[in-house]
Amino acid sequence: MDFLSNYDLLGAFWVTVQLTFWSAIGALIWGVVLAGMRVSPVWLMRAFATAYVNVVRNTPLTLLVVAASLGLYQTLGVSLTTDTTTASIDITNFRLSVLAFILYTGTFVSEAVRSGINTVPVGQAEASRALGLGFMQTLTIVVLPQALRSVVAPLASVLIALTKNTTIASAIGVAEAAVLMKTMLENEGQAGSLVFVVFALGFVVLTLPVGLILGWLSQKVAVKR
Amino acid sequence: MSAPSVLYDAPGPKAKVRNTVYSVVFLVLLAAVAWLVVAALNNKDQLTAKMWSPFLSGDTWTVYLIPGLGTTLLAAVLAIVIALPIGAIFGIARLSEHRWIRVPAGVLVELFRAIPVLMLMLFANFFYVWYTDIDSDIRPLFAVVTGLVLYNGSVLAEVFRAGISSLPRGQSEAAYALGLRKVQTMLTILLPQAVTVMLPAIVSQLVVVVKDTALGSTILSFSDLLSNYRILSANFGNTIPTLIVIGLIYVVVNWVVTRLAALLEQRMSRRGRSSAPPIKPSAVAVTALPGGDPL
Repeated sequence: MDFLSNYDLLGAFWVTVQLTFWSAIGALIWGVVLAGMRVSPVWLMRAFATAYVNVVRNTPLTLLVVAASLGLYQTLGVSLTTDTTTASIDITNFRLSVLAFILYTGTFVSEAVRSGINTVPVGQAEASRALGLGFMQTLTIVVLPQALRSVVAPLASVLIALTKNTTIASAIGVAEAAVLMKTMLENEGQAGSLVFVVFALGFVVLTLPVGLILGWLSQKVAVKR
Repeated sequence: MSAPSVLYDAPGPKAKVRNTVYSVVFLVLLAAVAWLVVAALNNKDQLTAKMWSPFLSGDTWTVYLIPGLGTTLLAAVLAIVIALPIGAIFGIARLSEHRWIRVPAGVLVELFRAIPVLMLMLFANFFYVWYTDIDSDIRPLFAVVTGLVLYNGSVLAEVFRAGISSLPRGQSEAAYALGLRKVQTMLTILLPQAVTVMLPAIVSQLVVVVKDTALGSTILSFSDLLSNYRILSANFGNTIPTLIVIGLIYVVVNWVVTRLAALLEQRMSRRGRSSAPPIKPSAVAVTALPGGDPL
């Protein structure tokens, strides 16, 4: 048990939490925009959003993360930061992996939101059209508020999956939980089973409350019909 | 003529003009982004023939990409074939009337759904190093398949549970009325119908598995399809074209699997062999809290 205090466990999980936090916010925004495009009256937007979702959703996240680092940063020189100190490479890798998570997770958010839009009764949209609201007004004032309430549970699932997916940032050296776990497994030999239990519990602690709270929230905010 | 969507009316003359304007603006936006990307690629000489010609030579495909794809598919198929019976056992166990079976099964399933697959693979790898003498050439495959089996076994347990619960209660009641035992009811009445209902969800889980095999390539040096980017870009210095081609292969493979799932679903609902409608892959994810969505 003693060796656990030699490592910065909390620090590693804190990076995981930060990765999850920024990716979740970005993915929520990007996913809602994509869902909006998929139901919009403009053919080109629908086509773009559908193509984007179908391509990105079927690509391994590992490939996107690797591509963000090797392609975007090392080949094209996009670093997403103006920092030039020695810490800049850490910031760059962190932001690039957040970008990859947003691009990937946004597709799942968009699918969830789109299915939420389908659960809103037809009468709601018809009534708002009868009142003279345009597409954007119908979507943002009437349909989306109801749709988002009904997708809290699926979005919670996406958020939990995202939390677990942040371990893939280890592929480009972001010092989050999986990297530390690998180091500890290499150093500690057969005490590694304990290491695994610790990290497994860490993720249970991270995901279980999120699932329970959002599960409770989804019932609280659900539109009673 | 009715509108194509309930969200907007069939466009009149004004709306048609407006939609055209939006289309043009969006097209310009897309074109601008595309131009930026192409210019950036061109700047770094990524669009020259030298970068892409390796993919026209047979060797690139027969030596690297196709064997890589084979390893990826082998790991995915092995994982799903081993995970299916495990998922069935745990799914049925979670529906058991005995608390001492139901609760431990539930805890195990929820636990393994909460742990990242990458960590399961990592630990499996070290576990094999410490306690077995599996050859180091084949160890990554063992580790990847083990990680995938542990995770997907628990996901499929939920799929089985959802499938069996979706059957009307009259099915088991009728079986009991005929004097069948619980095991007989499960094996001859419920499970066959549930499998029919679940097939589309199981096939789409295969997409998740195919994508997850790629996890092994970065951290375990598993020589799958994705891992070829290292060799190819080292040989030809064409990182971006290589990643694009490999990405497209994944997309095509997963697209084929998704189409297969959709076809199966159509077939299932047409044949009407089961007393419940097929469960949509997403339906499981919606009810499956708190373990999370099988993304």
